[in-house]
Amino acid sequence: MKRFLGFVKKEFLHIFRDYRTMIILFGIPAAQILLFGFVVRTDLQNARIAFLDLSKDELTLKISDKICSSGFFTREANLMSYKDVDKALRGNRIKAVVIFEENFSRKLTGEGKAAISIITDGSEPNMATLTTNYITAIVTDFNSEAVGTAAAGALLVQPEVSMFYNPSLKSQFMFVPGVITLIMILICALMTSITITREKEFGTMEVLLVSPLKPVQIVLGKVIPYFILSVVDVILILVLSWLVFGLPVRGSLALLLAEAMLYILMSLSLGILISTVARTMQQAIFISLVGMMLPTILLSGFIFPIENMPEVYGWISAILPPRYFIVIIKDIMIKGTGFLYVWKETLILVLFTLVFIGLAIRNFKIRLQ
Amino acid sequence: MMALNDISFDVNQGEIFGFIGPDGAGKTTLFRILTTLLLPDEGEVTLMGLDCRTGFRELRKNIGYMPGRFSLYMDLSVEENLNFYATVFGTTVKENYGLIQDIYSQIEPFKNRLAGKLSGGMKQKLALSCALIHKPELLVLDEPTTGVDAVSRSEFWEMLKKLRKYNITILVSTPYMDEAMQCDRVALFQEGKILSIDEPDKIRDGFRRKLFSVKASDRYKLITALRNFPGTVSAYPFGDSVHVTFTGDELDRSVYEYLDQTGIHDVLIHETRAGIEDRFLELMEQGIRHKAQGIRDKVGEVK
Amino acid sequence: MIPNTVISVHNLVKRFGNFIANDHLNFEVYEGEIFGFLGTNGAGKTTAIRILSGLSEPTSGEVLVAGFNARKQPEKIKKSIGYMCQKFSLYEDLTVRENIMLYGGIYGMRKKEIRARTNSLLAKLHFEEYGDRLISSLPLGLRQKLAFSVAVLHEPRIVFLDEPTGGVDPITRRQFWEMIYETAAGGITVFVTTHYMDEAEYCDRISIMSEGRIVALDTPAGLKKQYHADSVEEVFIKIARPGKN
Repeated sequence: MKRFLGFVKKEFLHIFRDYRTMIILFGIPAAQILLFGFVVRTDLQNARIAFLDLSKDELTLKISDKICSSGFFTREANLMSYKDVDKALRGNRIKAVVIFEENFSRKLTGEGKAAISIITDGSEPNMATLTTNYITAIVTDFNSEAVGTAAAGALLVQPEVSMFYNPSLKSQFMFVPGVITLIMILICALMTSITITREKEFGTMEVLLVSPLKPVQIVLGKVIPYFILSVVDVILILVLSWLVFGLPVRGSLALLLAEAMLYILMSLSLGILISTVARTMQQAIFISLVGMMLPTILLSGFIFPIENMPEVYGWISAILPPRYFIVIIKDIMIKGTGFLYVWKETLILVLFTLVFIGLAIRNFKIRLQ
Repeated sequence: MMALNDISFDVNQGEIFGFIGPDGAGKTTLFRILTTLLLPDEGEVTLMGLDCRTGFRELRKNIGYMPGRFSLYMDLSVEENLNFYATVFGTTVKENYGLIQDIYSQIEPFKNRLAGKLSGGMKQKLALSCALIHKPELLVLDEPTTGVDAVSRSEFWEMLKKLRKYNITILVSTPYMDEAMQCDRVALFQEGKILSIDEPDKIRDGFRRKLFSVKASDRYKLITALRNFPGTVSAYPFGDSVHVTFTGDELDRSVYEYLDQTGIHDVLIHETRAGIEDRFLELMEQGIRHKAQGIRDKVGEVK
Repeated sequence: MIPNTVISVHNLVKRFGNFIANDHLNFEVYEGEIFGFLGTNGAGKTTAIRILSGLSEPTSGEVLVAGFNARKQPEKIKKSIGYMCQKFSLYEDLTVRENIMLYGGIYGMRKKEIRARTNSLLAKLHFEEYGDRLISSLPLGLRQKLAFSVAVLHEPRIVFLDEPTGGVDPITRRQFWEMIYETAAGGITVFVTTHYMDEAEYCDRISIMSEGRIVALDTPAGLKKQYHADSVEEVFIKIARPGKN
């Protein structure tokens, strides 16, 4: 046991002494989250919007003036009909179109309710959410000011996301689950395979093999530090995304962490498997990046939705573990669903883990080739 | 490819046994088999009474191994490296400090320096300390002196000799012939075969012909002339002189005249004792002759 | 006969911050000479060789290599020298001919000239049948000899060799030194750096560096006499580790 702890200690020393490892471990995830938050914040100053006022009465003018004087939005155009909405959004300058229904004032005073629709560009989901939230807030504010006047009534805001470039995008905050999925596979698979092949390349593996350390101890000693640091990383990402732009975890936090640990374990066993195949660090990096990172980014549903892919890519995506984790984490974080909804994906991840561990143990040599 | 071809040898406990041969002779492969890192295709290897195939777990506790490239963690300090190897082998630096004191005390002033920042000689000392820290019965050193300056190398050999009193058996490989003299016994290695095994002095005595050292200021002219001289059996440059054997095994006096005629007037010839390298050369030549004879015989059979 | 000087170093100093790697070096190397450049690890040899080969600028002092100033004309120096080290010299994944073609091209030789020299070089080494084989498939000894021939292909004034015969078998080693003698006899200066003192014995003159200075410079025989030693190794240890032995 002392032997093993000594080994783990050495691994931690390697990690903490190399600033590049530290950057990959903590710098990149933090930077991605912060960058995201930063982009969201700055863009909501003087966002260009257009109005389609089908009523053109005193009340609609007041509301649109209030929206534009808030400092968040500027009026870019006044549209004449529904036909123009599509064109306006495709022009890429206008982030949202606010539509007042016909006979707005009359409906509000007469029936006590009137509808405002907001159509946003779904190719920028975060922008769309923020725009909707801000406009809704302004309208609600107007509504409460109007209490007691003739215009008192319920203003119904109907946000509508119009998807021009990415029509089946379902979640606005999918960036965070995506970052977690990607970073975990990067740290776990890439870093573990590098640290093991590094020992091979520098000849220290020869001495480790000649020592009484068992291969299992060598592998576990490599894995444990990265496991701990990866869990810390997940927590860091969650806390940052909550602090920076208030993204909550809707479902159970405990379940989310448990699933994340499973995914980390899977990635680590993949990393070990890679290191049993690769002879040099260069090979390990190549296999990890080309074999894991690129497919994760392109095919796991992180950027491009799987539903829209040609069938072939769908099949490839089916053998990529990150694809299942993305589903799990999105369901828990954003939809707030429980274990019953993700047990299938969880089971698949468990199977992947077992297969990788099995292959890695089979391939890990107690001698040199 | 056959890296090792039908090799047999015994090493006695407590001796410094050297494997001398050029790069690619099979020294590293042999050492990896002896340290249980590779399995032999055929043949028996017994170390400390244990078979290298079945007894590897037990053996690995008792072997200290220093691979060709010093197996140090360059991003860990001197002290951290030593502590790490001590824990891995289930001991502490304190427990066996006596064994490494002579060696380690020379680098102890730099114990907080990263191993990657040490000079070649210091890395070599640290790697040796790490290989010794668990007090192994067998120490296997693969080319420990390659790339290290002459001063550090001579210090290194002194350190190895001091380890004799602990009765540790030391196997060491080197491509440098002159280092053979530092070992108790050596095996000359070439193309996966052992050419000769003996004490260094006896290997030198194996060179039975009379060997002459010939000097002149123009060495290139000298060597060409000696090659062309009819009485020469072999002529090889050797440092500032040329080592020559003559037919009839005696100094052929007519060589002075011959060299004088070719324009070399400042010749100095004296008999000299063959070194390990002379014997190695002779054995290699014999091997080549045997091979050629073998081919000739085969050709003859066909005819 | 006054020998022609091809390397002349006068008060060479190279500093890195506070560290003085070369401390007032003074020496000359003559045409056709085999000059051994020895020293302990970290004595400043590598720094000096970088300056001599035009890769690094001296902090102060006058350095002339093949008649060119190391500070002002490093590019001209690079064209007049050849270089071979034990670890890397030829591309393993190229054939013998491709390697020769490549180096000839780098030194601006004409295609016709390269082809002619390649053929005479292969013939001289009895290498004809190896011309189209990959370097990686050649035995180490052959590679070493070929690497040397390629380093002097463009007929440089000086060729720098770094531990040229480390790790090769004794026969190849002898053949290699004979090639070096032949090259030197042909007027090319051979500048050898090595950790192996028996290699130093083959040189015409040797210098020994310690802590940034040249502490000895003479023929091997002269040094052995001066230090009452039997070998250059003994001389070296007496110089580099005074007080012991």
